[in-house]
Amino acid sequence: MKFTLLINEGPYQHQASDTAYQFAKAALAKGHEIYRVFFYNDGVNNATRLAVPPQDDRNITENWAALAKEHELDMVVCIAAAQRRGMLDADEAGRQGKDADNIHPAFRISGLGQLVEGGIQADRLLTFGD
Amino acid sequence: MSESIKKFMFVNTKAPYGTVYALESLEVVLISAAFDQSVSLVFCDDGVFQIANNQNTEASGMKNFSPAYKALGDYDINKIYVETESLEERGLTLDNIMALTYEDEDDDWAEKPSIIPATRAELADLMDEQDVVISS
Repeated sequence: MKFTLLINEGPYQHQASDTAYQFAKAALAKGHEIYRVFFYNDGVNNATRLAVPPQDDRNITENWAALAKEHELDMVVCIAAAQRRGMLDADEAGRQGKDADNIHPAFRISGLGQLVEGGIQADRLLTFGD
Repeated sequence: MSESIKKFMFVNTKAPYGTVYALESLEVVLISAAFDQSVSLVFCDDGVFQIANNQNTEASGMKNFSPAYKALGDYDINKIYVETESLEERGLTLDNIMALTYEDEDDDWAEKPSIIPATRAELADLMDEQDVVISS
């Protein structure tokens, strides 16, 4: 089966991203396809490359990045939600006149159309969040 | 653009201000209209306040984005369900809800109501018919 995952909550203070990650791993192991992982609302914060969690805990962003590399996952961060929360890639930082960028290279920023298209293309769209 | 039409339902459960969920849900809804899919909205729980009449956010310093709901009809989004139990539980009636309308192209562009009151049980059946349900 082909899935699109929608992650609506940020890392560490909500279970959504962890659960979605475990689901993605399990689904891929069973031979299913992940068409896209879309990060929206506070979910965009999962894409920060600057988080430094304690070494004896999981690194949620790096977990996603590693899974994406292994399975060539398309991980998309909503540009409007990201900008609202100070999540910028280098291009956007330049465009907005900001002096830093923080989006991990495993993620790409794009528009909400990618979420709707993910819902159209996948057999199931699963939401992780409240 | 798309090879098939899917039924998308956006379920709004949270109050409009204080968090950004309502505004960001509306943003997805407006984008979805560009994809020629079948789109419907549900307002339930505190989400019914999102389409309450006479919103005034001046004292809170937050942007009143409620006028944008009036544009939904222009985007061919005209199935807007409001859960009757949620209204009742909050002391509201349909009179407290914005009279959202659309122009029916199959009926000489007659102006018709988009708001459809529905019970919890009816909404459960409607959700069962959808291809994609996105709630926030």
